[in-house]
Formats: sequence, structure tokens, C-alpha cells
Amino acid sequence: MAGATDALHVLTLTELTKGMAGGEFSARELTETLLSRISEHDSLNAFITITADDALAAADSADAARANGNAGPLGGLPIVHKDLFCTAGVRTTCGSRILENFVSPYDATVVARMADAGAVTLGKTNMDEFAMGSSNETSYFGSVKNPWDPGKSPGGSSGGSAASVAARLVPAATGTDTGGSIRQPAALTGTTGLKPTYGRVSRYGMVAFASSLDQAGVITRSAEDAALLLGVMAGFDERDSTSVDRPVPDYRASIDAPLKGKRIGIVRQHFDAGLNTDCAARVKEALAALEGQGASLVEVDLPNLDLSVPTYYVVAPAECSSNMSRFDGVRFGHRAENPKDLLDLYCRSRGEGFGAEVKRRIMTGTYVLSAGYYDAYYLKAQKVRQLISQDFKAAFEKVDVIAGPTAPTPAFALGEKVDDPITMYLNDIYTIGANLAGLPGISIPCGFADDLPVGLQLIGPHFAEESVLHCAHQYQLISDWHRRCPEAFA
Amino acid sequence: MSLSKDQVQHIAMLARLSLDENDIDDVVDKLSSIVNFVDQLQAAPTDNVLPMAHPMDQAQRLRADRVTEPNERDRIQQNAPEVRDGLYLVPKVIE
Repeated sequence: MAGATDALHVLTLTELTKGMAGGEFSARELTETLLSRISEHDSLNAFITITADDALAAADSADAARANGNAGPLGGLPIVHKDLFCTAGVRTTCGSRILENFVSPYDATVVARMADAGAVTLGKTNMDEFAMGSSNETSYFGSVKNPWDPGKSPGGSSGGSAASVAARLVPAATGTDTGGSIRQPAALTGTTGLKPTYGRVSRYGMVAFASSLDQAGVITRSAEDAALLLGVMAGFDERDSTSVDRPVPDYRASIDAPLKGKRIGIVRQHFDAGLNTDCAARVKEALAALEGQGASLVEVDLPNLDLSVPTYYVVAPAECSSNMSRFDGVRFGHRAENPKDLLDLYCRSRGEGFGAEVKRRIMTGTYVLSAGYYDAYYLKAQKVRQLISQDFKAAFEKVDVIAGPTAPTPAFALGEKVDDPITMYLNDIYTIGANLAGLPGISIPCGFADDLPVGLQLIGPHFAEESVLHCAHQYQLISDWHRRCPEAFA
Repeated sequence: MSLSKDQVQHIAMLARLSLDENDIDDVVDKLSSIVNFVDQLQAAPTDNVLPMAHPMDQAQRLRADRVTEPNERDRIQQNAPEVRDGLYLVPKVIE
């Protein structure tokens, strides 16, 4: 445990809580340290908005609460929110020109629950526009740089959240995951990224992209920290019509048990041609390590894995085209100048406000839902989604969790895939299945390929977050990949 | 399957999106490649498979029809491009 405030940035949430409880440093000192790191490293472009004054005030409140013996479960802990969580009085842009000046009148449930637990919000992180992207390059505010190599993408869409945690600007960040948008950037930046079961965490105040797939989660530097935050975020919310009413366990209570007896599924199709050979080697080493801890490895099949990406690129754009219709240039958001009539107002406000990828997805969705194409595309994709979901159910009759790669390659160069949507989409081949089936998944660092981090993904059955976190934590007890810090940010 | 320029312009109109004339060829190319890519779904055998709309297969929850939120029109309209007397202004739609 470091005592000096100049080393606070490397500590995990668990360590920070101990330090504040022991009086080694205050929430204000911690907040000041991290705010100055955030401005020192602004060339990463990880942030869209920094809320320094609000953060210092919240830190003072957290210190006062602790002095009175009332520290919350996240008392004084710093957090940043992906810029699609609504924050009352602070702008929420979704990385889009159309919401460049939008100030939410209310807090998302996730934001409110963390603040009520004593967390200190330092700002809002950069992201692919409306979470539509896998590289952070679709942001209206420019790409985020990967702290491991500024010429590389941090992944996306929660790229700013992942980069800020990897660069030790903050210990934890929220993210959202519709097709891999927490797990893939976590893999590409060497961080821990948890996507809970669909319905486990409230979507209220989370700007919608694809409502049957979107789920809020966290990016942290350890599974133990992810367990702490999930306990605060999770739980029923009457303001989210798909929130699941089910008790929230203490996610940290079960992570210390030995792995003995755990059945871990290895998916044959994961190691097909598409996976980079160095990434495959790192993942296999991690699987061997888990086996060494007493888990048994069992081969399973996900026969429709290849169809998960095309299924997603019908279902997600269809839901997107519906959700994005709320941006009309009338009630909020960008409005075109001097519209000649109402139709011109709609078309130009949206044409100017949305970037190229968002427009592509809206149009793809409009097409697959249009008369004459609905059955061939949308209904067909919903049926294949059922098959993919059944594949997971069958696998989970044999195993407790599935383990494999998070992404097919380490971080790729900025600009490399931006002009080829299909290549970009295929980046999410290992992550999309969990969204289609609504399953919890986590990505944890498991080594390096070409000096860039590689992620191991663990997926569990519905509401098996404890099991997924348990495996991840046990692996992090015998490895130190999650403690590796990019040299420029040590 | 390739989309034509006319089809893409029709889709853009349905979606209420203006496209820059200079961008249209690129949009046609990329949308066609996406449609080609998702066309591989057609080969999947899905007879007697029920479509899956939602991961939890749950019904919408019902609640009592009670007013639970305060009226915050003024605060909410601070985000509107143009309002007057609490009303949203749009170009004239009826002559």
C-alpha cells in the first residue's frame, strides 16, 4: 500500500478504500491527484467533459461523511461515466454532434446509485457515436488513443472509459455493451470489463442504441473491483421496463473460493482461422493456468457462432433505426438552419447531426424493417438469434462458464478498418453472442501479443455474474497482467 | 445483393436523413456490402424456430395508471432549439 499521494493512481478501488479508511489520504487529495493526471494526459482524448468543481465538492462530502462514520460503500471512490449515461446538469453528448449541447434534466439510475453510494464523478468519457463502433473512431469528438500505443485504437464503443482506466487516470469507469462495447475495449487496453446479464442493471437514463441488447457495466483494473461496483449498480428499477426483479448478491462474497470443481467450456469454433495466433497462444496459456487451479476444461460447441455477427447486424440496426427516430430537431438536439418545411427540418437536422456510421445503421435498420424485406431479414435474424441462444443453453448444461478470446486480434491501427464496415464488424465475433442471448461476460487481461494486451473472455449463464467474477478473480490471484501499466503512464 | 442508388435514396427518405450528393456512391457501396454480408442468414435452417425478440422472454410489466412524475416542462424545454409560451416551434405545416 502506497502512502504518498503521488502513487494513488495505481491503486485499485479496494486498495483506495483501505487507504481512505486508514486515514492515509482523503477523497479530496485523491480527486485532486486524478484530476491533474487527467489534464496532464489530455492528448489521449479520453474525455468529452471533465466535472472538476462538482468532483471536488463530492469529494469533500465523502470526506465529511467518512469523518462522521457514514462512508458509503463507494465513499470517496473516483468514477467516470461513458457519455451516454444521463447526468443532471452536465452535458450528455453520446459522442454525437446532434447532442453536442444536450444537458440532461435527470440522472441515469446507474449514475444516481453510484453517487448515492458516495462515488465521486470526475467526468464523462469519449465513445463511438451512440455506441455504434468498435474503434472509437466514429466519435464526433475524435478518436481516443490507446495508452499502450497512441497510433492504435483503444477499441470501442466504450473506448474513452477503457483508455482512462488503462492509463491510470481513474480506477474505474462505467460502460455499455451492446455487441462487445465493454469487453472488446477492455481486451485492447489490458483492463477488466464486465457486461452483466441483460436486465441485471437498469437502462434508465442510458441513451438507447439497441434496446434488447444494451446493458450497462464497468471497466476496472480487477475483477474484485468490478464485483464491488456491480453490487451497487445492479437491482430492480421500476423505471426500466425490462429490469429484472431479483435479489442482488454480495458479489465479493463468493470470489475467494478455490476453483476446484469448476467446469470451464472451451469452444471449438473459437480457435478457427479468424483468431490471431499469438492471441490464441495467450488464451490457451490462461486456460491451462485455470486448469492448474483445479478447474476442469470441457470442449463445447457453438455451431452458429459464424452467424452471430450477421444476426446482430440485422437486429441491432433495426432497433437502432427505431430508437434514433427520437432525434428530430424539434424537442432537443441539433437543428438545421432555415428549414424550408418540416420534412426539410427533419432530414437536414438528422443528416447534419449524425455521422456516417450512425446513418449507415439507421438505413440498414430501415431497410430490413421495410415492407417486403421484414420477413426475409428481421424475422429471419430473430429466428437465428433463437438458435444462437439455444447453442449457449446446450453448452451450459455441460459447463459452468465458457472461456475463450475476447477479440480476434490485439489493438489495430487507427484508420486501419474505418473504411471497411464488415471487417470492423467482425471484430466483435466472440462478444456478440452474449448480447444476443442476454448473458453476462467479462474480459480480463491474459498476456501480450506484439507488446499489446490480449483479453480472455468468460461468459456465464443468465445471472451467473458470481461465477464469472469468481473465475476472473481466481485467475487474477495467480497472474499480474491486470497490474501491468503502459510505460508512459506509470 | 446490390442496392441501387434509387433504393438508397428511398431508404434515406424513409429514415428522414438527407445525404450529401458527394457521399451517395460511397453510401450505396457500403450499404450493399452490409446487405450482402447479412444475406448469409438466408442459408440457415430455421423451420419451426420461434423468433426471439428479447433475451429474457418476459412480458411487459404493468403498473397502476397514476401520475408519478412532476411537470418539468420549463426545465425540459431548455434543450429545445425553439420554443415559445411552452410550445415547440416548427416550420408552418398548414397554409
